[in-house]
Amino acid sequence: MAAVTGSFTANGVAHAPSRTVRVTVLSLIGLIFALPIAAMIEFTLRAGLVGGYNVDRWVALFQSGFTGVYRPVLVALGNSVALAIGTVIIVMLLLVPTMLLVHIRFPYLRRVLEFICILPITIPAIVLVVGLAPIYTVVARMLGSGVWTLAFAYGITVLPFAYRAIQSNLDGVDVRTLTEAARTLGAGWGSVLVRVLVPNLRRGILAGAFIAVAVVLGEFTIASLLNRVNLQTALVVVSKVDPYTAVILSLLALAFASMLLLIIGRLGAPRNQTLRRRTTVKGPA
Amino acid sequence: MMSQSPVLQTRSGTVVEFTGVVKEFSGLRALDGFSLTLHAGECVALLGPSGSGKTTALRVLAGLESTDAGSITIDGIDVSALSTSKRDMGMVFQSYSLFPHLSVGENVEFGLRMRKIKPAERRSRASAALALVGLGHHFDRFAHQLSGGQQQRVALARALVTEPRVLLLDEPLSALDAKVRVQLRDEIRRIQTELGITTLFVTHDQDEALAIADRVAVMRSGNIEQVGTPEELYSRPATPFIADFVGLSNGIVGIVRDGHAEVHGTRLPLIDPAVAEGPVRVSVRPEDIEFAPEGLATTVVSSSFLGSLRRTTVRLPDGSIVFLQHGVRMHPKTGESVFLKFTGVPVSTEPLEAARVALHQS
Amino acid sequence: MYVVLFLAVPTLIAIGTGFFDTTGAFTLATVAALGDPVVLTTFFNSFWLSALTAVVGAVVGALVCYAMLGTRPDGALRSTIDSLSGVLAQFGGVMLAFAFVATIGIQGMVTLYLRDMFGLDIFENGVWLYSTTGLILPYIYFQVPLMIITFMPALQALKPQWAEANATLGGTTASYWLRIAFPVLAPSFLGSLLLLFANAFSSYATAAALVSQGSQIVPLQIRAALTSETLLGRENLAGALALGMIVVMAVVMIGYSALQSRAARWQQ
Repeated sequence: MAAVTGSFTANGVAHAPSRTVRVTVLSLIGLIFALPIAAMIEFTLRAGLVGGYNVDRWVALFQSGFTGVYRPVLVALGNSVALAIGTVIIVMLLLVPTMLLVHIRFPYLRRVLEFICILPITIPAIVLVVGLAPIYTVVARMLGSGVWTLAFAYGITVLPFAYRAIQSNLDGVDVRTLTEAARTLGAGWGSVLVRVLVPNLRRGILAGAFIAVAVVLGEFTIASLLNRVNLQTALVVVSKVDPYTAVILSLLALAFASMLLLIIGRLGAPRNQTLRRRTTVKGPA
Repeated sequence: MMSQSPVLQTRSGTVVEFTGVVKEFSGLRALDGFSLTLHAGECVALLGPSGSGKTTALRVLAGLESTDAGSITIDGIDVSALSTSKRDMGMVFQSYSLFPHLSVGENVEFGLRMRKIKPAERRSRASAALALVGLGHHFDRFAHQLSGGQQQRVALARALVTEPRVLLLDEPLSALDAKVRVQLRDEIRRIQTELGITTLFVTHDQDEALAIADRVAVMRSGNIEQVGTPEELYSRPATPFIADFVGLSNGIVGIVRDGHAEVHGTRLPLIDPAVAEGPVRVSVRPEDIEFAPEGLATTVVSSSFLGSLRRTTVRLPDGSIVFLQHGVRMHPKTGESVFLKFTGVPVSTEPLEAARVALHQS
Repeated sequence: MYVVLFLAVPTLIAIGTGFFDTTGAFTLATVAALGDPVVLTTFFNSFWLSALTAVVGAVVGALVCYAMLGTRPDGALRSTIDSLSGVLAQFGGVMLAFAFVATIGIQGMVTLYLRDMFGLDIFENGVWLYSTTGLILPYIYFQVPLMIITFMPALQALKPQWAEANATLGGTTASYWLRIAFPVLAPSFLGSLLLLFANAFSSYATAAALVSQGSQIVPLQIRAALTSETLLGRENLAGALALGMIVVMAVVMIGYSALQSRAARWQQ
C-alpha cells in the first residue's frame, strides 16, 4: 500500500498531504494546543504548597453542592443560562420569520438582511458597550436593572452566528417550492410555517440556537462593563479569591461548550451530504 | 495482440494497448483484467453504467491512478512507471477543470508553459487552438464569464494545444444542456477526425457513444462486455445486457421452436441459432414493429410526437405492452384498435429463466 | 426595529459621544484626544499585537487546514477539530487567561518545568505575561482556531481536477502549488488574515482578565475611560476611542469584503 501512495504523490496528482505529513502536523499542533488545557488540569490537582497531586479541590467543589463561597458562581450560572434562553427566544422569534419572509416574498431584500445580520461582527463588543451604556440607563429605568435585560444586547452579538447557521440550512432546502407545494395542497401560511418549513429547517435552527447558547455563556465584555453578573464575570471575581475553583469551573464550562459544538457538528454532517449530492446532480450552477 | 503492426504505425496516430489491467479500490475491483487496443487515430468510446469501471480505465491510462496488475503500452512502450506529467496526454474533465485565476488564453497556454515554450509561440499556438474550437475572440475572458459549453471548449483547446499523443475525454458533455451537448459532441467528432488523434471517450450516454466513436466498448463490472462499431453493437448485441443498454428495445415473451422464435404468432429468424428451444424473452427494436392492415390486434395506450418521428405504445392481447416508432403522418388515438406486424431480426433471444434472474439482479 | 435600537443606536451613540462634550455641545476636542501620544501608543500596541498574532495564526491555521485536506469533510476527525476550533475561537475569553496563567504564569506548569529541568527562567527580565507581550500567546491560541474555521472552506474548494489537469498538461507538484493553488487561495488567505486582525483588535475579555493594571491596548483603554471618565483629563474619551476602533474595523472590513467577492468568483 505504501508503494501505491508513494507513486501516487510522485505523479503530482494528489494535492492532499501524505498520511505521514498529516499525522505529524496535526499531532504536533494538537499537542501544543492541548498544553494550556493540560496545565489547567494540572493546576487544579496541585495539593497545596507541599507539592504532590490530589483531587481534593474537585471533590470539595462537588460535595459542597455549590454552597458557601461558590454560591455567587451558581447564581451567575443561573443568570447566564437565563440569558442564553432569553437570547435564543428573542433571536429565533425575530430572525426565523424575517429570514423566511425575505426568502419567500422579498428576495431582493436578501442582501440587505445579510448585511444587517453580519454587521455586528464588525462592531467590537467593546464599542457596542460604549453606546449601550446610556441606553441601559434608560432600559433600567423602564424595565428595572434585571440581568435578563442583557438578552437584548446579546441578541445582537449572536445575530451573525445564528444567521449563518440558518442560512446555510436555508440554502440547502428549496423553501420556495416547498411553500408553493404546501399552498397548492391547501395549507394556510401558519401551517406552512409550522408543518413544512420549521421541520425542514430544524437543523439550522437548532445549530443557531446552540451557537447562541455557547456565545452567551462565554460572553464577558458587555456584562462586565455594564456591571451585570454572569458566568464569566463571576469567574473573574472567584479567580481573585480562589483561582483553583475558577479554573475547575472554566474546565467544566469548556467541556460543556465543546459538547454543545460537537452536537452542532453532528447535526451539520448529514446536511452537508445532501448539499453535495445536489450539486453533483445539478452540475454547474 | 502485439501492437507493433507496421500498417498502424504508418499513420500519424498513436496505438494504446491495455492488457489484463486490474485496479482495486479497498477490495472492490474497478477493473478486472481489462484489455483493449486503441488503433492509431481511432476514437473509442467506453460506454457503461456508473460503477462499471470506465472512468477508472481512462484515469489509469492518464496515470492518475496506479494499476495493481497488467500493463498499459503507448506505441509499444510500457508507461506504467511514467508519471502523469510525462505521459503526454490531453485530458478534458467532466467540468470545473479550468484554472479560475487564469484567463482563457493563459489556461490554454498552461501546458506550453510547462514545456518551456517561448511566450510568442505560446500565444500564437494558443490562439490557433482557441480558433479551432470556435472561441478565437475569448482569449482574455475568465472561466466564470463563460457558459458551460464554452468552458468545455476551452478545456478541449487546452488539452489539444500541446499536440498530445492521446486525447482523453472523461464525460466532457455530461454537465451540459441537451442542445449544447449535441453541438459540442459533433464538434469534438469533427476536430478528432481532422487531427487524426487517438481518442478515448468515456460516457454513460449511449447516443453520445454511438455518435462520436469509431468503435464502442461496452463495460460492465470492470470488464468489456462487447466491443465493436456502433452498427455492430446496435444490430448484433452480444448479450441481452447490451441489447437493453444500447438503443431501445421491447422485451417480448415468445417460444423458440424449429430454429425460429415464435412471437405472438409470427415466426422470426434467430440471430443466434444455438439458442435452446423453449420459452424465451426476445428483444425487438421499436423500428422492427410496424402497423399493418391486418395481423396482431392491439389497442393503443398512448402516442407521443417526437419531432421527426412518433412513438406509440400499444397493449398486446396478452396484456403486455410494447412500443414502436413510425412516421409522424400516422396519428393513432388512445383506445383505437390497430394491427401490428413484426419484421426484421430480433437483436437478442434469451431463455426466460435467465431473463428473470437477470432482471432481479439489475 | 430591534436591530435599530440595540445595534444602530449604540453604534451611533458610541460615535456620537466622540463629538460632543458633557453639556451636549458639538466639539472636536475629544476626537483630538486620539492624537494624544498615550492614545497613539495604545493604538500602536493594539495594531502590532493584532498584526503579529494574525500572521502567526493564519500561517499555523493554514498548515492545519492543509493537513486536514483529503480527509472526509463529514468524518470524525474533521468534525472534532471543527467543534474544538469553534469553542476555542469563540468561547475562550476569560478562560484563556486562566489557562495561560496555569501554563506560563509565575507558578505555571511550563514555567516550573523549564525552571526545574533546565534552570531556565522565562521571566528573567520581569513577568511579561501580564503585559502586552503576554497577550501574544493567548491571542495566537484563539487566532489559529478561527483561521481553521474561516480558511478550511476555501482550501476545500480547491478542485482535484485542477491538480489532475496540471498533471496531464505536464506540470509538476511544484507548478501546481506555485501556479495554481497559491494564486487561487491568495484572496481567501488575505481575507482570513484581515478577519483575524479584526478579531484580535476588538478582543477584550482575555486582555481584561489577564491585564489588571494599565491600559496597553485600545479595548483596555476604553475600559479605563468608562470606569473613570476623567482619564487624560478629557471627557467622553471612550466615545472617541470607540470611534477610532470603528474606523480601523471599517477599513479592515471593506478590505475583507473586497477580497471575499474576488474569492467568491471561483468558490461556486
